[in-house]
Amino acid sequence: MKLTLWTYEGPPHVGAMRVATGMRSVHYVLHAPQGDTYADLLFTMIERRNHRPPVTFTTFQASDLGADTATLFKRAAQSAFDRFQPQAMIVGASCTAELIQDDPGGLASTLGLPCPVVPLDLPSYSRKENFGADETFLALTRALAQPCDRTAEVSCNILGATALGFRHRDDVAEITKLLTQMGIAVNVAAPLDATPEDLKRLPAAHFNVLLYPETGESAARWLEKTHAQPWTKTIPIGAEATREFIIEVAALANVSAQVDEKNLRQPWWSASVDSTYLTGKRVFIFGDATHAIAAARVASKEIGFEVVGLGCYNREFARPMRAAAKDYGLEALISDDYLDVEAAIIAAAPELILGTQMERHIAKRLGIACAVISAPVHVQDFPARYSPQMGFEGANVLFDTWIHPLVMGLEEHLLTMFREDFEFHDAAGPSHHGGKATPAQPILEPTPDAATQMIEAAQALADALHWLPDAERELKKIPFFVRAKARRNTEKYAAEKGVTQISIETLYEAKAHYAR
Amino acid sequence: MSLDTPTTGCLHTPVLRERGQREVFCGLTGIIWLHRKMQDAFFLVVGSRTCAHLLQSAAGVMIFAEPRFGTAILEEKDLAGLADAHVELEREVERLLARRPDIRQLFLVGSCPSEVIKLDLSRTAERLNARHGPSVRVYNYSGSGIETTFTQGEDACLAAMVRGLDETADANLLVVGALPDVVEDQCLSLLTQMGIRNVSFLPSRRASGAPKVGPKTRFILTQPFLADTAHALERRGAERITAVFPFGEEGTNDWLRAVAKAHGVTLETFESVTAAPRARARKAVAAHAETLRDKTLFMFPDSQLEIPLARFLARECGMLPVEVGTPYLHRGLMEPELALLPTTVLSEGQDVDLQLDRHAALNPDLTVCGLGLANPLEAAGHATKWAIELVFTPVHFYEQAGDLAALFSRPLRRRALLQGAAE
Repeated sequence: MKLTLWTYEGPPHVGAMRVATGMRSVHYVLHAPQGDTYADLLFTMIERRNHRPPVTFTTFQASDLGADTATLFKRAAQSAFDRFQPQAMIVGASCTAELIQDDPGGLASTLGLPCPVVPLDLPSYSRKENFGADETFLALTRALAQPCDRTAEVSCNILGATALGFRHRDDVAEITKLLTQMGIAVNVAAPLDATPEDLKRLPAAHFNVLLYPETGESAARWLEKTHAQPWTKTIPIGAEATREFIIEVAALANVSAQVDEKNLRQPWWSASVDSTYLTGKRVFIFGDATHAIAAARVASKEIGFEVVGLGCYNREFARPMRAAAKDYGLEALISDDYLDVEAAIIAAAPELILGTQMERHIAKRLGIACAVISAPVHVQDFPARYSPQMGFEGANVLFDTWIHPLVMGLEEHLLTMFREDFEFHDAAGPSHHGGKATPAQPILEPTPDAATQMIEAAQALADALHWLPDAERELKKIPFFVRAKARRNTEKYAAEKGVTQISIETLYEAKAHYAR
Repeated sequence: MSLDTPTTGCLHTPVLRERGQREVFCGLTGIIWLHRKMQDAFFLVVGSRTCAHLLQSAAGVMIFAEPRFGTAILEEKDLAGLADAHVELEREVERLLARRPDIRQLFLVGSCPSEVIKLDLSRTAERLNARHGPSVRVYNYSGSGIETTFTQGEDACLAAMVRGLDETADANLLVVGALPDVVEDQCLSLLTQMGIRNVSFLPSRRASGAPKVGPKTRFILTQPFLADTAHALERRGAERITAVFPFGEEGTNDWLRAVAKAHGVTLETFESVTAAPRARARKAVAAHAETLRDKTLFMFPDSQLEIPLARFLARECGMLPVEVGTPYLHRGLMEPELALLPTTVLSEGQDVDLQLDRHAALNPDLTVCGLGLANPLEAAGHATKWAIELVFTPVHFYEQAGDLAALFSRPLRRRALLQGAAE
């Protein structure tokens, strides 16, 4: 038993719903109690889909448990087929139905429905949403893909995009555009917008482009093993990774890797002088492993931030995440407990957080700038405009969306110069935002054990040290977004030097010591 | 419009009972407003990842709130050995209470999986009460989808609290149902002005203000979904005051008059206290009734508020209900409402696909439905009102009558606005 306040991932059947809802002409019959239908609103409200997800819930009640829930399931499956006439159906159980062990797959097969029926076996008490999506896409691919000849012209499939994915719609469009530019046709993009008929001809492609390992890697591996289709390993997030992706794809397709970059503006935006102020800004990155690892590379190599924290919530990808973190001299944070993440953020004292909607809440509480880079996401992360994360346009989007939450370059200098000014005071926040940032509150409720220890340790340190009034006043003149860091560095420096009285001199000596 | 208006009512209307897919929330959802109402309470769901995900998704609007609810997620090893599950749960509670010394009331909330594996939360609650009482009160109730629909979670919660209320021999009035504080204050002010003393609310804002109950207690419900709570109070000897529910001018008037009558308040006093807010309510509703008059109304089952709200929309706003669906029709509580509701189709339970067929055939001007259905119906050309807003918004009593009407007129006004802009 584990106490959870907010979760990064839903249960595995929600992952299955993301596949079914992303596809067309699939229907999912889910053995589940009433209430589990809440999952519909993820798609109709958060993603603003204009159709109900293609899911029939059996919605059994307590009174059915003593009677015959198996018949209830069979009736629901039959009437779902009759009403929706899907090309294929998937059947499975939610967490409660898993306990009553009705075997939806076996029950559905007794109906003799005139379409492929794919049973799902998703362990609700040990696995989560991404696993559910990945497993469902694999099950559909295994059941439906037919051996067939390769297309005459070079072509590929794009794998992994689902409903409720972070910018999946736009990423698929952007990568399709890029592949077309290279002279490569897209055979099938799946699961998003594909039909079961489309899945049948997946093996006609020459290779696979895997955009989202979290939800498509098992299918990519199976297609490689069964249908000898190689798949791309580079995730085209950022200018550099997109260039690498192009080289990888060009080699697989045997085409030229020369691609027009005239719409790629991010490298120049980053090189231009106004961006100088971005140098070494401390950024904390957390999300699904794929997006977080890619974001760290862009942040450090293409924008010039300093990555001070890196991690992911999906333990399945702990190994590549640990390796990536090592490159930045960091210990990766692998946790699905948002309190752990909050504690790590407090400890790292970043100026910018790149995270999920959970980190956006944390950022708001701490008064730290934040941009979203990964699922789980909320309604505002499904923009009306075209806004991919991948490809060259994606690189432009990343620059804009990560820089926007920060104070502008010259403005930052003004805030530093005129910190007592009525307008340019340090709590005023970026002038292009309506709201006013709230300075960090060091102690939060509920306080996780790790944070408590950290704060207690800091407190003990502070008790042993004494800030002279002048130094305390001087500290207040440092802009609020770096003040906590300055205080900590100074105290650390003082402790190392055996200084117990912190003066203005100690403050500036520490500043020089830690100068970037 | 007054209570004297002759009406055929729906008392004898046959009810269409349906049993199929129900597109409704489970009782856990009530935690979203209950934890805000009870400021020293923590709600600990004993359930699965699905339960945690539901609370987080349904509570999207409250996402920045300090969470005073959480889920103890059952893992495979908990399913294997129930004895261990009890130990694990107690350990989680101990940790929680150690970390949150501000908690005075702790609700252990059962879910579908905990009910199916027959995890006995009452036993755990008993043991924890022995250890932490009286400074922390531990209750248990079920918010599971196999037993409760949406607002029934509040009913189960309040019923559990009734069993723990202290006994009193004094006469008192209990106003039952979680109301926003501002509405509670208005209600108390009206009752006080009429000279009614010793009024308390269930649930109270803090554990220290918990009401007492006894044979001289009279109580009145503010929400139509509190049948079990009413029974629990009656078992404690309290007497229920029967009335329609305090939605709109007419509903508020009838509700207050029933309380006044039970307390021997003179008609003169009643009139003098209610005349001004009544006039305000009438005026505020009239502004929206212009938009709503003669528009057809279809209500999908959701919160059990459907019948009282249809009564308000029909009688005070001039709408024409074509189907009023409710998850459960509790005749004992609904009789006064049904007597006032103009003849319409009443449905209980749900088979959502069949109901959507009926809805499409009727093509109503306004549809009240859950969040899962709203956008698909909008995309199909229907104006909709999300039902969940009706439990998240202050809508009771005179001063909110206009706001209540506005919830329904806004989708129609917006639609007209956007269509006008598109031309």
